[in-house]
Amino acid sequence: MVEEEIVYQGRIKVPYTWSVGEYGSRFFYELKENKKFWATRCPKCKKVFIPPRKTCPDCFVPIEEWLEVGPDGSLVTFTIIRYSAQVHPVPAPLAVGIILLDGADTGLVHLIGGVELEEIRSGMRVRPVFREQGKGNLLDISYFEPA
Amino acid sequence: MGQRVAIVGTGQTYHRSSRKDVNGVELIQEATARALEDAGLTRKDIDAVVIGNMDHFEGINYVDMWSIDGNGGLHKPIMKVTTGGTTGTTVAIAAFYHVASGLFDTVLAIGWEKNSESDTTAAIITCADPFWERPTFGGAIAGLATGALGYMHRYGITERDAALISVRDRKNAVKNPYAHLREEITVEDVLNSPMLAYPIKLLDICPRTDGACAVVFASEEKAKHLTDRPAWIHQVSTRHNYTFFTDVDRSGRMPTLYEACMEVYRNAGIKDPLHELDVVEMYTPSSFAGLVWIDALGVCDEGEAVKLVSDGVTEMDGELPINPSGGVISTNCIGATGLIRVAEAAMQVSGKAGEHQVPGAKTALATGFGGCHWSDVLLISSRKPS
Amino acid sequence: MERVAIIGIGQTKYERSKRGETFADLVFEVVTKALEDAGIGIEDIDNVVTVSNDFWDGRTISSMAVTDACGAYGKNVSTVEGDGTFGAFYGLMRILSGSFRSTLVVAHCKGSEGSNHLITNAMFNPIYERIIGLDSISSSALQARRYMEKYGVTEEQCALVSVKNHRNALKNPFAQIAMDITVQDVMRSTMLSDPIKLLDASPISDGACAIILAKEEMAKKVATKPVWVKGIGHSADAYNLGDRDLAEPEALIRAAKKAYQMAGIQEPFREIDVAEIYDAFSYQELLWSEGLGFCERGEAGGLIESGATDMGGDLPINPSGGVISAHPVLVAGLARIAEITIQLRGDGNGRQVDGAKVGLAHGINGPCGQAHCVWILEK
Repeated sequence: MVEEEIVYQGRIKVPYTWSVGEYGSRFFYELKENKKFWATRCPKCKKVFIPPRKTCPDCFVPIEEWLEVGPDGSLVTFTIIRYSAQVHPVPAPLAVGIILLDGADTGLVHLIGGVELEEIRSGMRVRPVFREQGKGNLLDISYFEPA
Repeated sequence: MGQRVAIVGTGQTYHRSSRKDVNGVELIQEATARALEDAGLTRKDIDAVVIGNMDHFEGINYVDMWSIDGNGGLHKPIMKVTTGGTTGTTVAIAAFYHVASGLFDTVLAIGWEKNSESDTTAAIITCADPFWERPTFGGAIAGLATGALGYMHRYGITERDAALISVRDRKNAVKNPYAHLREEITVEDVLNSPMLAYPIKLLDICPRTDGACAVVFASEEKAKHLTDRPAWIHQVSTRHNYTFFTDVDRSGRMPTLYEACMEVYRNAGIKDPLHELDVVEMYTPSSFAGLVWIDALGVCDEGEAVKLVSDGVTEMDGELPINPSGGVISTNCIGATGLIRVAEAAMQVSGKAGEHQVPGAKTALATGFGGCHWSDVLLISSRKPS
Repeated sequence: MERVAIIGIGQTKYERSKRGETFADLVFEVVTKALEDAGIGIEDIDNVVTVSNDFWDGRTISSMAVTDACGAYGKNVSTVEGDGTFGAFYGLMRILSGSFRSTLVVAHCKGSEGSNHLITNAMFNPIYERIIGLDSISSSALQARRYMEKYGVTEEQCALVSVKNHRNALKNPFAQIAMDITVQDVMRSTMLSDPIKLLDASPISDGACAIILAKEEMAKKVATKPVWVKGIGHSADAYNLGDRDLAEPEALIRAAKKAYQMAGIQEPFREIDVAEIYDAFSYQELLWSEGLGFCERGEAGGLIESGATDMGGDLPINPSGGVISAHPVLVAGLARIAEITIQLRGDGNGRQVDGAKVGLAHGINGPCGQAHCVWILEK
């Protein structure tokens, strides 16, 4: 009989390249090149979406109108992550929140920084801090700091 | 008791090897919008959504939740089903049961895959058992190649025989605006194409495709008001019999396809499928499979498929056209592929298949393949089920 | 809706790590238990719905691992990738269609075999949310804070959920984490992600659960204590976390409304005798209680403080110990259905809610309870 249960270590490695799509590409282009936030507005319900949508999820009609939102916004909710995990972009403790940019109807999830963690409050006004060299992804914003 | 169910609309994307212009959600939305339009419905009319794909091809966990902006399911009941390559037909069957149960009247079924976003072989290899089969599993092509070799040995079919399937399907695809590969090929082209895993060559095997398909299933009551050409679902059957690739019964006809077809025919009272079916949309992952599995449909004796095909029985003008859409060898967005078979079968019996219409088609069979040699079968007809 | 009953159930003991068992072993165990419980053989099962997830299993086509073990050979079978309550919903629909007399539904998950952080991080939008490093804990913390701040619910009130449920678990032989703790213990436990502390969170778990549904004619012949499905509903909300107000469980409200309508329930708090709801985190039992209409919005803190949801209270919630005491993902929702079945049969032993006739089972899917499924069961 077997003395000990055998445990087999393995790892799945599947590389991915996710297409952002035309609309997403414009969003990241504006973020990277101009440090601006561009959103789209549904012609029917007038909801302003960020990240930008090509079709309204509710009205299901194509969206063509683009408008600038933010860069400032309000912190809707946040949390201070105290455990470490390899998925974190920066070491723990790190603060993550949902930011409602001025003019947008949907919030953006991002890091909160440039402030003592204990001082972060919901409702706080925040503004983005951009990284030096943009790469065309969401971390072109390093974090949102109190405005 | 349940209610009768019909397909009242379908939509597909123009399938391509790579759609970089849209993200996955937007791809899904294209097919969804087309299906709604075809059915004459808006998103508000949908009671529930069922969606499927193979997770590791896009690396998204909980795809039903992630795609909600594009799958029409916002604020609605939505669930995900997934069974490997059979996913597309599994989704269709799930949507069928949603409506047949009487709990929902109009249900949207969506299958999709964006294969360009990952290493397909790396992802598919994870389907094999990590201890017993993954270390040596060479991926889908290699797996199918061992099967193909077995068929050659058992039935004496040749690479040339199998090539007939690729030639037929690729010729049909030219008339299908949605198909991925739309150029005719010859038997010589197939024989000269690069060898991938003996005996499967590049033109013997299905491509990798980015694409989505959506199908609207409706109750009899709803269907009445929506279309005068509903495609009724008569029977559905599933056989997902095996767990290990080495368990697969390779002694003869494709056992799961055979069993599922026999259950469908038995329940539908079909005694002579060759003549009682008007068209078949068959999930054939490779030309060899597409040849040998024909007898699993019960339309000829074991080993006779070569004769059937070379006699032209399965051509567009034959007794039983197979894959007027061009089949899987022309388009393979895996999570959608099975659903495309269902959509195409429905289009045939509704007379909506345009240039690749089989004239007068009334009864169609749609099959799905995947996983560990699993099969799903659906019987669809313009005649209302009794 | 035609009458369909649950005639058999099976659960494994939920544990941190079932090293000696594969997915197939777990599934075979609970399928065997459920068949025995129903007093039937696998040959009496018409069709099977399995529930599994490719990420949790580290295997695409995760259903393949359990095809043999669930008795699917030669039968119609399908697989739902989502919480067990949704899988059971599909199993029910297949019977209601008239095609089948019985459906076996079985779910499995081994949280011990993968990284919870990586797997739940993969739930999020790869382009806009995954890159920020969210996982199930941090995202739920965003919801917890939003809910608590909007409605004035306190951490201590949330802690009461943990205290109650872990104590209830002491009487449940299947539960993983059974213990007698105090609110102070919870408040002092390690902060994971504000405001969620270690004792506010469910554990990582391995386990499986199976239920057998049967149409009336078969249930009456076979089952001594059939438990009838009276109402069901499911619904989903927006996906991106910023697309909805996380404090508003709209999808749950919709799902519950449908289930209540079908079951003819007008005053849920009064008419339901026992509930098993999906408390992956302590705040969730409160938030979902409100979504289910057990009390007004913002009042769930007061509800638990009143003792109404304790054993012996007006509406005991999670007599099994709930998800906070055992959380095999996907399985946990099906286990809620199994536990309510136990209650309505009067088989709860030490965790029995006396005289329970009408029960509610609830499951969630997606980040921050994006989708909900509600079941109303009756004796």
